[in-house]
Amino acid sequence: MAISGDKVILEIRDMSKEFGAVKALKTMQLSVRPGRVHTILGENGAGKSTLMKILAGVYQPTTGSIVLDGQPYAPSNPQDAARAGLTIVFQELSLCNNMTVAENILATREPSRGGFINDKALVRKAAELVKELGLPVSVTDQVGDLSIAQRQLVEIAKGLSIDAKVVILDEPTSSLSDSEAEILFEIIGRLKEKGVAIIYISHRMEEIMRLSDDITVVRDGSYITTRDKTEVTIAELIALMVGRDMNEIYPPRDVAAPASTEKPVLAVNGLSRSEEFENVSFDIRPGEILGFFGLIGSGRSEVMNTLFGMAHASAGTVAIDGAQVKITSPVEAIERRIGFVTENRKEEGLVLSHSVESNISMVALDGFSSLFGFLKRKRERDAAKAEVARLSIKTASLDTIAGSLSGGNQQKIVLAKWLLTKPKILILDEPTRGVDVGAKFEIYKIIRQLAAEGTAILLVSSELPEVIGMSDRVVVMSEGKVTAIADPDQMTPEKIMHFATGFAS
Amino acid sequence: MSDKSAASAAFKQVMKQYGGIFLSLIVLCVIFSVTNGRFMSVANFLNILQQVSVIAIAAFGMTWVILLGEIDLSIGSIIAVAGMVGAQCFAFGMSFVPALILTIAAGALLGLANGVLTAKFLLPSFIVTVATMGIYRGMVSLPTNGAPAMIMEPSWTAIGTQSFIGIPIVIWVVAVLFLFNHILLSKTKFGRRAYLTGGNREAALYSGIKVDRLKIIIFMISGVMAAISGVLLSSRLFSAQTNAGMSYELDAIAAAVLGGTSLAGGVGTMIGTLIGALIIGVLNNGMNMLSVPYFYQLIVKGLVILVAVYLDVRSKRAKQ
Repeated sequence: MAISGDKVILEIRDMSKEFGAVKALKTMQLSVRPGRVHTILGENGAGKSTLMKILAGVYQPTTGSIVLDGQPYAPSNPQDAARAGLTIVFQELSLCNNMTVAENILATREPSRGGFINDKALVRKAAELVKELGLPVSVTDQVGDLSIAQRQLVEIAKGLSIDAKVVILDEPTSSLSDSEAEILFEIIGRLKEKGVAIIYISHRMEEIMRLSDDITVVRDGSYITTRDKTEVTIAELIALMVGRDMNEIYPPRDVAAPASTEKPVLAVNGLSRSEEFENVSFDIRPGEILGFFGLIGSGRSEVMNTLFGMAHASAGTVAIDGAQVKITSPVEAIERRIGFVTENRKEEGLVLSHSVESNISMVALDGFSSLFGFLKRKRERDAAKAEVARLSIKTASLDTIAGSLSGGNQQKIVLAKWLLTKPKILILDEPTRGVDVGAKFEIYKIIRQLAAEGTAILLVSSELPEVIGMSDRVVVMSEGKVTAIADPDQMTPEKIMHFATGFAS
Repeated sequence: MSDKSAASAAFKQVMKQYGGIFLSLIVLCVIFSVTNGRFMSVANFLNILQQVSVIAIAAFGMTWVILLGEIDLSIGSIIAVAGMVGAQCFAFGMSFVPALILTIAAGALLGLANGVLTAKFLLPSFIVTVATMGIYRGMVSLPTNGAPAMIMEPSWTAIGTQSFIGIPIVIWVVAVLFLFNHILLSKTKFGRRAYLTGGNREAALYSGIKVDRLKIIIFMISGVMAAISGVLLSSRLFSAQTNAGMSYELDAIAAAVLGGTSLAGGVGTMIGTLIGALIIGVLNNGMNMLSVPYFYQLIVKGLVILVAVYLDVRSKRAKQ
């Protein structure tokens, strides 16, 4: 359904894009109106990124045309796009950590005279922008000293520092806490009032339903439909996206949760680490999925890092199978059969430049080598092949470079490398971040399967529905402390959020 | 798969990976054959291999270090230290085998120092090895107050001057060390872990790889390779010179990078480094035969490195 009547600021017609034999876009179209948030929704690999890169001037389309504000628009590089009034904020951070917020925001456009930068004007201009956007940062701060979330906001400010008619936000909230996302949403609201058109990409359905005015669904490089937000439900959107009906987002438990009388495989008591978290106690039984919910800065990831031996506790005890243990390095954690899918798969999970196979076999390498450390390549390959099949990782071959796969498939590789070690305790920190709905569901099924096989799973997530939908119990953290441990059946999202924000009722 | 098709598949693989750099080597050989009739002969190729042996072995060690995303600028100095340790061993009346073991152990020890400073004290390897380059170079002169030391031990000098089944011993040494490093890098768990750690140190750490230990061992490998280079060099010169191996670290880096080793870490092979070292050897030899003045040789060598690396980068980009 095309939108007619209203003024259109950006129009894409009959666009296709081929990379060699691969058709990334087949029949793409889009009509964006000023002062509205237009969400592009699609699974990873549906063509969203390609489309955005064409709009940003990174790629040129094979066929088709774009009209921007009544003028034909064919940028050959990102500078062209910026001049034409289109700005894009990518999900990857592109800031210089050793420079200040002001220097980053106005990078390459510093106010200068005779080649010398006018520092005062730089700070003033950046400060105006930061104030206008209401960012919780000082422009003279070093970017390296900011939290990831603050950096993301600076990134957005940088994108908005040019007067844009169209702003593209590519997964801007993926590393923001809810309160920080609120700041972003306010910024979006202000841009809308100014008549700026916003193209929004996100995987978070609640957020999409809240922010969007128009929603365009794309699938397999093709335009499917554009709907007004008020005329569509989440279930319908998901069905349109995946091309099939998905009644439930979370797969049901096939096996009953372990009884509370069962002995815990892991018992944590009074665990503390100065300035990060204190007096954290919980236990988990084999086959249990224990959710960890908390806002960014609540100390969840820090607890997991400490359990895994990446950081050292200042107080408290950890017991595995009833015996007290001291884990001071990942090597020891792995020896005790703990696995850890970290929050940042690109930084800590994968060697992006290496093959799928060598990433999968990375942790379990001891199992694929003979005396004197020679690799048993066939055994390694067979094992990797089996994991690729079991987790249905979509890859051209085992030799494909991990970095070239989609987010969901990359995440499955990280899962696979830990599954090969047959962990007793598996820590999953934000396992579905940046992963499309289809792959999400598959990852949930894998988690269920592992639990059914007796693996104890610590599921850390900042998506409340995910925590409630998947966990047997939920540990809620706020500002370094455990504020509640509860059965989600007895808890509403509102209550969990209350504990997470520290307003225990 | 028959042997023949396996061999041709292996050749294709080599061409795919090293096409640009291999082509450069062949082009150089053709140019020198045309300009000089004596270039294309078995005797001259053995000569080139002999000349390149010191650099090639040092470059094998350097490949490990660069693969890890680090750098070792002290190997030129370690080459000189090794010669001097050997000379002093004989001055104290030691026999060949213990002297050789002590020399190699010295290389391992100096590499250990580089490794510990880098991995445990968390200093950048560039700074560490700039410092130890000076320290080790100074240490060479300690026993003799800066004078060269003669080495008359026949079994030591035989390494650089004698042949075994018609092939100079130094070439055998290069071949054995090439195979050793190649197999260690491409066929073992240790080599895989070096690749993984070079590709992403954080991910390696989270995957239970003992990153610090790996780094220290690799600096020790680099030290040992440099020490063996030092043995070859001093055996050829019948003496330990205090300025031996000066700036060899740059040739070793050039050989590794020419061979496709990425300074960002995680990418590189011993075959590539060997080809890279051969390019440097062929260039030196060819230009010497043409009596090109030394300063022109420096300019040409620099330009060839730039062109070869550019061709390689371009062919890799074209594949993506």
